[in-house]
Amino acid sequence: MSLHAQDDPALRAAQEERLRAVWKAPQGIFLRWTDCNNNRVGAWYTLTAFGFMLFAGVLALIMRTQLAVPDNDLVSANSFNQLFTLHGSMMMFLFAVPMFEAVSIILLPQLLGARDLPFPRLSAFGYWSFLIGGIFVGGSIFFNAAPDGGWFMYPPLTTRTDLSGLGADIWMLGLSFIEVSSVAAAVELIVGVLKCRPPGMRLNLMPLYAWYILVVAVMILFAFPPLIAGDILFEMERLLNWPFFDVTRGGDPLLWQHLFWIFGHPEVYIVFLPSIALFAMMIPTFAQRHLLGYPWIVLAAVGTAFLSFGLWVHHMFATGLPKISLAFFSAASEAVAIPTGIQIFAFIATLWAGKVKWSTPLLYASGSLAIFVIGGLTGVMVAIAPFDWQAHDTYFVVAHLHYVLIGGTLLPLFGGLYYYWPLITGKKLSDKLGRTAFWMLFVGANLTFFPMHFSGLYGMPRRVFTYPSELGIDYLNLASTMGAYLFALGTLVVCIDLARSPWRPKAVRNPWHAGTLEWLAHPDDEDWGIRSVPLIESRYPIWDQKDFVKKVDEGRFFLPDAEEGRRETIVTTVLDARPLYVVRLGTPSWVPMLTAIALGSVFILTTYHLYWWSLAGAVATLGFVLYWLWTGTAEIPEKPSKPIGHGIELPLYVSGSAAPGWWAMFITMMADATAFSGLVFGYYFFWTVHPEFPPSGPGMDGPGTFWPMVSLGVALLSWGATVGARGTNRRGGVGVARALLVVGIVASLAGIWTGLQGPLTTGLDPELHSYPAIVWTLVIWTTAHAGVGAIMQAYALARSIAGRMTPTHDADIRNITVYQHFMALTAIVTYATIGLFPGVA
Amino acid sequence: MKRGFHGMVARLKVTLWSLIVPPTVWAVHFLFSYLWAAIHCAKVGGFPRLPILYAVGTVAALAIILAAGIVAHLQSRVPGDPAPHEESTDSDRIRFLAFSTVLLAALSFVGVVFTAAPVLFLTDCR
Repeated sequence: MSLHAQDDPALRAAQEERLRAVWKAPQGIFLRWTDCNNNRVGAWYTLTAFGFMLFAGVLALIMRTQLAVPDNDLVSANSFNQLFTLHGSMMMFLFAVPMFEAVSIILLPQLLGARDLPFPRLSAFGYWSFLIGGIFVGGSIFFNAAPDGGWFMYPPLTTRTDLSGLGADIWMLGLSFIEVSSVAAAVELIVGVLKCRPPGMRLNLMPLYAWYILVVAVMILFAFPPLIAGDILFEMERLLNWPFFDVTRGGDPLLWQHLFWIFGHPEVYIVFLPSIALFAMMIPTFAQRHLLGYPWIVLAAVGTAFLSFGLWVHHMFATGLPKISLAFFSAASEAVAIPTGIQIFAFIATLWAGKVKWSTPLLYASGSLAIFVIGGLTGVMVAIAPFDWQAHDTYFVVAHLHYVLIGGTLLPLFGGLYYYWPLITGKKLSDKLGRTAFWMLFVGANLTFFPMHFSGLYGMPRRVFTYPSELGIDYLNLASTMGAYLFALGTLVVCIDLARSPWRPKAVRNPWHAGTLEWLAHPDDEDWGIRSVPLIESRYPIWDQKDFVKKVDEGRFFLPDAEEGRRETIVTTVLDARPLYVVRLGTPSWVPMLTAIALGSVFILTTYHLYWWSLAGAVATLGFVLYWLWTGTAEIPEKPSKPIGHGIELPLYVSGSAAPGWWAMFITMMADATAFSGLVFGYYFFWTVHPEFPPSGPGMDGPGTFWPMVSLGVALLSWGATVGARGTNRRGGVGVARALLVVGIVASLAGIWTGLQGPLTTGLDPELHSYPAIVWTLVIWTTAHAGVGAIMQAYALARSIAGRMTPTHDADIRNITVYQHFMALTAIVTYATIGLFPGVA
Repeated sequence: MKRGFHGMVARLKVTLWSLIVPPTVWAVHFLFSYLWAAIHCAKVGGFPRLPILYAVGTVAALAIILAAGIVAHLQSRVPGDPAPHEESTDSDRIRFLAFSTVLLAALSFVGVVFTAAPVLFLTDCR
């Protein structure tokens, strides 16, 4: 398609007609929920997360009302426990993290000039999982069954079934389910940023929002899995009486604290960085100039991501760990202030160097920076261990964390709401209401949380449901409560502003005169995302590239048509965004929703100990996933390639590391390996806490060396067979490849049997002591992975026999080989640990 | 010799993986520090007054970070397009990634020094 052809209005209209038909959203009361277009799923996601935020906010208001006066009896101690636990858990797991994913699902394709993210159905699956898990966890409070152990759920209070009820299981299993959807979103966002950028958008031209999202999504991969590992141990203890955290049987509650905070501290940055990313988009717009110090911002994002993993013990300063360990974490906690400060200075410098337009979003941005800086400074204080010993578990910490989260997450999101509302709805929000709300929120937040520094220093502990008047903190608490109500009113004003939006007129296109790609969006938007995928030559193409908007609109760039009636977008290379191939995207379907329901049932039914039903749910989940993969992935196209304009012809099928599916597998397995390393950490942690490890005695001598080594050999055989099958298949030896896959399947299944023989034949009793329990856990993890490996090998075999996988179209086998690489690594670590380490120790 | 060194540096690729070398070294050193202290305190009952292993590990980490920083610094001076180096060209992309690596090397260097400092002052496991 030459430039010339696009001069023809009739051709353009015909192209638009085809695009419109292909991207048409499903209609009808029921069918509309099968949609998977990022605009719609992102909007549902955002609204749901916003709803959970309001709900959790109301919980906080009830708490503040209870604490308004001393010796109040509005709610009981038990209800109060549920209130603060659910408030914290919902704000973190059901608002802050999902909100970042939701906003990114809406914005990212627009920022990257893509028609959609690479796995639209995965986004839909993530959304439905989030909704189901969120209602399950949040709704528990109406049945007086909400978790009540605090948002970090410390054992032994929460693992002893005589001290805590169903709430603890609801927290563990409900939120584990949501963690699955977070990891799914992380996969989607990483592959989106790395592979779906428009041609020419090299890494140095990527919008900073995309840099932040890449960094945060990678952080999720390494932060969430340790918590999943912790959840597994936790539920093993609650449901099966395996004593990981029970000191009387060789467990240690500190193991939970480690696993929780390895997740919990990066989590703070996971919710903070995406909000800062919104600033990085807003500030150049309102300064009307390029952002200063682009590489410095990248430094800040990447540097913060790394350092944030060296902070977790600063939540455990009061647990009696050696001072030297505390000092390491204290040092890292101080170091993280450096990159955080750098990005704030880059923003201030940009505003200083530009001509500032004082808009409502910028008001939110600057106000939240002020609040965040106060939270950051108290953070530097509590990062110093001796000060922390004084302030630990007091309202000082409550003040600190709310300053950080309100200044670093909530208010920036409100700013982003005012900034991006025209992009999503085509209408501007009211400046008057927005500014009124801002001042109510700003004053409200300070009035609520500033006095808490003092009530904390006067000795008010966290999480008490009331306090005596003699403590002398009545007025401080009353001020906090008044502030909370003012803050709630401010939120109400924002809600009113949003509710009035449908009756407002459409705004002009790009109302803030921004320079970045997402503002190509038209107020009367079409579902196709972008009319043609542009060639990018600048960080601010709308400002810098001549006739940019017009060329995009007239389809003068790439992929202006949908000749074959398929949803498509361009996949490019990671570093330099050179066009690689055209990917066909998933279309609306019931499968993501049904898969989410089936998987949700596994977690929810397990909570109520309905194990057989939950097993049925697991089988259904497997069935849906296989159907989804079989019908919706690695499809052999009707022709090898297609033109995308300007004389470029791109293939319609690639496999291996060029393909998004390969990356998704690789990234998922990174998360899986991280969860596994959490369990392995548990094993070696027990080694450090026990003078004699492994312990001796009946039920504890095992699993020996023989069976672990046999299992390792079998696992490596399965790995070798799969790698061999991949190679021979590519060289055309389809028959040999199938035979090798059969060998792989047999080896994987044998690996399950041999793996279990070690602990079984030596009679390891997992209820006796933490040592047999952790050995059993590692073995079960590894053999379960062998089982999944067998299913994958059988899947590849079936695809080959059905003619859906050939020597030239081999994505399936290349993807399962990635799994086998990780499986082999898992087997090596597990069997070397349980089989050989006892001899060394 | 210098030309040879420059030639060698120029042949090294600048990628997302090379970008994260310095902070990864920080992370490995941090983990090393934590394990070193935890294992000494839990299993040995105290750590040596002259922690030679720790000093060697720290110096090695600093040396790798420094080397990554110097290589990246040389790469960030690839001649090519005019300032401000914000074009969609090979040289600007290399310059950007290399300069970001230099910045990360600086941060990681400071990070390792911060982490190691307590070992100079604390001498037991209390």
